[in-house]
Amino acid sequence: MTDKVLENAIIIRQEEIATDVYSMWLMTEQIADLATPGQFVAVYCTDGSRLLPRPISICEIDRADHAIRLVYRVVGKGTEEFSGYHTGAQLRVVGPLGNGYPKKSKRALLLGGGIGVPPILQLAKELECEKTIVLGYRDERFLEEEFRAQGNVYIATEDGSFGTQGNVLDAIRENGLDAEIIYACGPMPMLRAVKKYAAEHGIECWISLEERMACGIGACLGCVCKSTKKDSHTHVHNKRICTEGPVFRAEEVDI
Amino acid sequence: MNTSVNLAGVTLKNPILTASGTFGSGQEYAQFVDLNKLGGVVTKGVANVPWEGNPTPRVAEVYGGMLNAIGLQNPGIDVFVERDIPFLTKYDTKIVVNVCGRSEADYVEVVERLADQPVDLLEINISCPNVKEGGIAFGQDPKAAAAITKAVKAVAKQPVVMKLSPNVTDIAYMAQAVEAAGADAVSLINTLTGMKIDVKKRQFALANKTGGMSGPAIHPIAVRMVYQVAQAVKIPIIGMGGVMSAEDALELMLAGATAVSVGTANFTNPRITEEIVEGIKDYMAEQGVDDITELIGAVK
Repeated sequence: MTDKVLENAIIIRQEEIATDVYSMWLMTEQIADLATPGQFVAVYCTDGSRLLPRPISICEIDRADHAIRLVYRVVGKGTEEFSGYHTGAQLRVVGPLGNGYPKKSKRALLLGGGIGVPPILQLAKELECEKTIVLGYRDERFLEEEFRAQGNVYIATEDGSFGTQGNVLDAIRENGLDAEIIYACGPMPMLRAVKKYAAEHGIECWISLEERMACGIGACLGCVCKSTKKDSHTHVHNKRICTEGPVFRAEEVDI
Repeated sequence: MNTSVNLAGVTLKNPILTASGTFGSGQEYAQFVDLNKLGGVVTKGVANVPWEGNPTPRVAEVYGGMLNAIGLQNPGIDVFVERDIPFLTKYDTKIVVNVCGRSEADYVEVVERLADQPVDLLEINISCPNVKEGGIAFGQDPKAAAAITKAVKAVAKQPVVMKLSPNVTDIAYMAQAVEAAGADAVSLINTLTGMKIDVKKRQFALANKTGGMSGPAIHPIAVRMVYQVAQAVKIPIIGMGGVMSAEDALELMLAGATAVSVGTANFTNPRITEEIVEGIKDYMAEQGVDDITELIGAVK
């Protein structure tokens, strides 16, 4: 079964949309057609001193033009390399990888924190039910306009420069938001808090995790997380984030 | 043109294997590589029972290499025999099972279970730097390495390859110890023990603190050690360590390796093993080499 492919994708355009946050549209052969919201791609560096692909979530999928949008933060040498490429440059990419979010017809809360904001944009576009979006930032906001086109948007900033001062849960409480299902992506402390909140309120909850990866395709067992049930690969309690994840039902994982 | 080599009585259609732990049992890579094109698949280490492995982070990139401390997570021999071996037998390639253990009895149990299985070679991992018991503890003591070799040879129905650690004073001495104990071949090098610290967080990059370093940065060490071992023993060598290209693989063969395992490069390019097989054929055509065995240990 071909569910993922190795391609030379071509950069259609790239721009810095916030400090150290870049938006890159890539023309792909098959990845855009295969991808679903919440999946990621592994992007390879050209510099031979950097061996491991960088796992980057898919922010938007343009199936008509066979393109995907990656929005990533420059955090090291690899992402710094990517940020320097211009229109027309080629990047080796494997994808789409992992399992995305299940799209359910339930009143939804979409929660994104920091660089966990981009992966929920395509989900917001594809969910046809009633949805409320809560975005959390340290200070500088990005992708806000794209989300406002998809539903009601609430913002939390840690420095209080816009919206609710605090995190996404503070914004939920301040605005009395409610839902039947939560889809979340963000830093681990946020996901832990969201998981707890959902459990307390009896809300179905799906979260997207990240971890240092090597192969990206399920072979090396580098990116496991503790799971409540035995995993299908090793039959212990280690689910592979790249393969069984990155999106998990919150109860599935011990975070 | 002959690209086949004889490794301890097993004919590989070409010398390219996958390094244990980087390729699973081939399932994940079969989407990118035609496994029929490889000399063989060396599986991830399998123990008598499932092992959970180490906490995360388990991997970190370093300049020209990477560190890993997976800790030999594996499903144990029962699942392996039911799931992984039947998958590999669908392909026209040799099956090399990497065996790990915490004690001599663990290794023996796994090897006994594999006796009636369609497996071509056994690679005994006495060199994993990331587990507290077993692993490297056996690979740094020539007496312990010889004892494991003898115990495994006593029950093995397939040729036994002992996988050696570079984290020793004299790897040739270790190779001689396992040869004298009856090993049919040796493979080297496993990873070099390394460490990375995140200076901003003031934390170790790996939860295990130390990890095994692999990748192109260690390749010259592998070439040197394969050469030293080739001068010291008569049994064949599987060479490995930072092979990123056909040229790197050929270097190890010229230094004395009969076969070559490709590891970390799979992470950089999931198609690399097949590309290296093609690259070796191109080299042979360009250089007028009719028989690849001419190259083994050709540089003295």
